[in-house]
Amino acid sequence: MHMADALISPVVGGAMWAVTAGVAAYSIKKVQNDLDEQKIPLMGVMGAFVFAAQMINFTIPATGSSGHIGGGLLLAALLGPYAGFLAMASILVIQALFFADGGLLALGCNIFNLGFFTCFIAYPLIYQRIMRKGYSTGRIFAGSMLSAIIGLQLGAFSVVLETFFSGKSELPLGTFLMLMQPIHLAIGVVEGLVTVAVLGFIWQARPEIIEKVALGEALGRISIKKILAGLAIVAMITGGIFSWFASANPDGLEWSMFNTSGKEELEAPAGIHQTLAAIQEKVAFLPDYSFKSQSETNTIVNETQGNWPVVDAGTSVSGLVGGVMTLMLAGMTGCCIYWLKKRSKADSI
Amino acid sequence: MSNMMASIYNIRMLDELAEKSTVIHNIHPLMKVLTTCLYLVAIVSFNKYELSGLLPLLFYPIIVITLADLPLVPLLKRMLIVFPFIIGIGLFNPLFDRIPMVVLPWIQISGGWISFLSILLKGVLTISAALLLIATTGMTRIAAVLDMLKIPKIFILQLLLTYRYITVLIEEVGHTLRAYSLRSRRERGISFSDWGSLTGHLLVRTLDRAQRVYHSMCCRGFTGEYNAGSGTRIRTVDILYFIGWGLYFILVRYFNIPATIGSLITGVVR
Repeated sequence: MHMADALISPVVGGAMWAVTAGVAAYSIKKVQNDLDEQKIPLMGVMGAFVFAAQMINFTIPATGSSGHIGGGLLLAALLGPYAGFLAMASILVIQALFFADGGLLALGCNIFNLGFFTCFIAYPLIYQRIMRKGYSTGRIFAGSMLSAIIGLQLGAFSVVLETFFSGKSELPLGTFLMLMQPIHLAIGVVEGLVTVAVLGFIWQARPEIIEKVALGEALGRISIKKILAGLAIVAMITGGIFSWFASANPDGLEWSMFNTSGKEELEAPAGIHQTLAAIQEKVAFLPDYSFKSQSETNTIVNETQGNWPVVDAGTSVSGLVGGVMTLMLAGMTGCCIYWLKKRSKADSI
Repeated sequence: MSNMMASIYNIRMLDELAEKSTVIHNIHPLMKVLTTCLYLVAIVSFNKYELSGLLPLLFYPIIVITLADLPLVPLLKRMLIVFPFIIGIGLFNPLFDRIPMVVLPWIQISGGWISFLSILLKGVLTISAALLLIATTGMTRIAAVLDMLKIPKIFILQLLLTYRYITVLIEEVGHTLRAYSLRSRRERGISFSDWGSLTGHLLVRTLDRAQRVYHSMCCRGFTGEYNAGSGTRIRTVDILYFIGWGLYFILVRYFNIPATIGSLITGVVR
């Protein structure tokens, strides 16, 4: 459920970056205060482990299909929420850079969706509460299953909201929710079962690893109130800044006016317009290629049908022709640089 | 197994590409990071029906790829692997948005298809931006930039350690899975009864490895700090690189160049 840059708007991406940076800064502060330096390699190596473990295919009984883990809950359960969140953030940074899995602008969204809900909501509110009376196989099962499912449901819900508010996808909110939540219920069950199996094994083989985390040793207990209060402040500040920015530059958030082309010419001052028109008369090699009459009829038809936005054949054609020219120009630039470099290499030999 | 080998190959390939010495590679990493950020913001800030206005942004990847001597095919392959998700979400646009938007003499195209194509184009541009950054900069230099940006050292160290150990652990997981597959009957994955023991064993070995890593770091004088060496100075040419691209992105963002060229050629001025 990694979000891609192509599907988010700058406002949503920026706001989520700010929120995630806030949570990360708080986590770093806590980790710095509580953590001995021995844990730093542990965080690094555990992050790498989860990255590698994500590639293991687990056969799902009676279905014939297979699934893999996200690992957020496993990290929280073994490193504690703060270090777990930071390890998850590192994994996502590396995935975004090396595998283009989730974009750089969407990184804030992805860290929040996959790290925050598991480490700061599911882990302290469900997992830790169930484990309060001590670890047992039954409690590990209940805690991991519930936390994994709820963490993923919240993450998926957050993906839907972020996509919806970005306004790039036409999927209605309800339909998108109906698609995402059930799929992530299934994914959550698999995630929960794998986490149960792994934690159960560790609990039997090396109980001290889990007990250390349970005692809050070196990792500290979580203060959810502080986190939520901080989050609210960051959200308000970023909301204020970005809504101001958005209203100053409406393109980003606006649900779209169609302007494939021609907009600038219409808005340009008379001087530029006239000069352009004069150049055009000389340059245009398809001078009478105008669809004005047709476009007018189309516009009228559209208006009567209540359709929107305005359709214009002239601008469509000029947009298309200009687009093709730009593409050719871009391709030629690449070829020219390649050719020049090759020539200079040959000369140097 | 194959996806593990592909991942290791991908990381190593990008690592090797980052070690080249070309005009682009020699640009200061901070300027490359800032240029990439500006580029991404410019791409996604276009409205969802924009298509022609986005095309001039293709100049950036084309120029960087050619100047940095990067191989085109592996980068395109990487892009294709990520594409299904973008297509999966974007393909709903033509279903829900059927208002005709582009009318050509022979065909009418609905707004949904335009926004779908716009998403695809944005996908190509944004994915290439991230890959080009890492292929011309490398992880260590990106970490140095994070340090310059005053990101806490503990996070940078953690990020670098994760990155360093990914190849090691993928290899270890790969060996374990190969051993498992050789001993199991045509299983496509790990069967339910082995979920805990297989992954658990890997985890225990990982934790022990972390301990050994820590000890060997201590033997080499680790005090909780990662020394990446002194960073290079920012030259005038680096600043010019950023300003040049920045101005170009701003120009493209506020002035639809293809539409202007198109209207000059077709003579459609209203």
